[in-house]
Amino acid sequence: MEVINFSLEKKLSAPGGVMPLEVECTLKAGELITLYGESGAGKTSILRMLAGLMKPDTGRIEVSGEVWYDREKNIFFRPQDRGIGYVFQDYALFPNMTVRKNLEYALVRGQNKSIVEELIEISALGDLQHRKPETLSGGQKQRVALTRALVRKPKLLLLDEPLSAIDHQMRLRLQDYILKVHEQYHLTTILVSHDVSEIFKMSDEILFIKNGKIFQRGTPLELFSKKHLRGKFQFIGEVIEISKEDVVYLISILVGNQLIKVVVDKEIAKDLRPYDKVLVASKAFNPMIQKIG
Amino acid sequence: MDWSPIILTFKLATITTIILLVLSIPLSFWLASTKSRWKPVIETLVSMPLVLPPTVIGFYLLVAFSPSYAFGSFLEKILGFRLVFSFEGIVLGSIIYSMPFMIHPIQSGIRNLPQSLSEASFVLGKSRWTTLFRVLLPNIKPSLVTGIVLAFAHTIGEFGVILMIGGNIPHETRVASIAIYDQVEALNYANANKYSLFLFVVSFLILLAVFLVNGGYLRKWK
Repeated sequence: MEVINFSLEKKLSAPGGVMPLEVECTLKAGELITLYGESGAGKTSILRMLAGLMKPDTGRIEVSGEVWYDREKNIFFRPQDRGIGYVFQDYALFPNMTVRKNLEYALVRGQNKSIVEELIEISALGDLQHRKPETLSGGQKQRVALTRALVRKPKLLLLDEPLSAIDHQMRLRLQDYILKVHEQYHLTTILVSHDVSEIFKMSDEILFIKNGKIFQRGTPLELFSKKHLRGKFQFIGEVIEISKEDVVYLISILVGNQLIKVVVDKEIAKDLRPYDKVLVASKAFNPMIQKIG
Repeated sequence: MDWSPIILTFKLATITTIILLVLSIPLSFWLASTKSRWKPVIETLVSMPLVLPPTVIGFYLLVAFSPSYAFGSFLEKILGFRLVFSFEGIVLGSIIYSMPFMIHPIQSGIRNLPQSLSEASFVLGKSRWTTLFRVLLPNIKPSLVTGIVLAFAHTIGEFGVILMIGGNIPHETRVASIAIYDQVEALNYANANKYSLFLFVVSFLILLAVFLVNGGYLRKWK
């Protein structure tokens, strides 16, 4: 079976001094893997080293039997030679080219142009193809950037927080688009994301990166709901606000795009801070389901 | 009025600007992207003409290219090239003297582009040259225009370097700025005024054009 195998070490300069990054991992080809963790944990650096945009201090990268980097044997493939797709957080579309020219720029010399037509079709970029990037919305730009990354038919698609600057509705549609092309082109996709609901929806597996190490690894369910409240009713949410009301605390939690308020006691409240990810579960009640549309 | 100093000035400025453009694009790209420890040294050398008196540059070029010394006599004997008191010599002097005016705008233009643009191009399999010519340069047109115009205008305004290595030879090194000095020395104020006024007007128009183009004023009339 095809695998991606890497061990990477690099001393990263972080705000609080030097942070050593040390990760070692084997991934199954064809999966969608998410790198999850706080900002500054080293997720983007891992992605950049896989792409060849950053040189590790030492280590080895092997993708489907091909060695891209081996410190000991002095092998280093340039980004140009790795055959990857990479999507940047800031889209990185070329402002001087139209949408179509951006896609055509990516063609390998002698490559059949039909792939560009095919991708414009799949990504529904037909109406936008003659426009310059500056006239597009954030979501449209990212759709172009994702599409451009596919022109060279990469085996490995690296996405660096591609949806973080995009509004909720558009984000859901782009998530579907990523899943669709991931299946259709048999990609191995590595996604950097902060958004737990996004991770649940998309990932086969999560690598939880903490202080430059792989802290935990598993499926979304294994990682975010360790207690396995099977058959019960649970959501992942984000703490928005903690307020004290007499003897109890009222926690506002954002689940999806809904705000819910939960009463908790002091013991639980003292560990929570705004932006914490929490699991909201209910054991005592039977959930009621009502059809609304 | 003898027009030859004016014509010579524009010939010098045009040739200097073209050569500088060709040299400066790769050098600016290198300066904008390198992590080499030589970078500060090269940057300093490029910027030296901004602070040094032109006579200092002129003096060292004069010494270096004089046939009485090793390098100059090597050039003359082997290549048949004399750089002192010749047009080729003042072209070389002008290239060195105007270099920061071309390099700085291009370098800062490239540096101000997001790094992800070149990285995206590399990941799409494109070489550094392709990236430079198809992605970076087309997106820094205002910087290129600024560099070209400043280098051209600055060469027109050159005096010290030319006087030191070129002297005052009609049709060869007597550019407009030298001709003005020459006319004043001969107490020929009317002629000096004609040359001066000409340079004043031309410089004004060139700089005005840059500010109009880069300030976006021309778009209003499109």
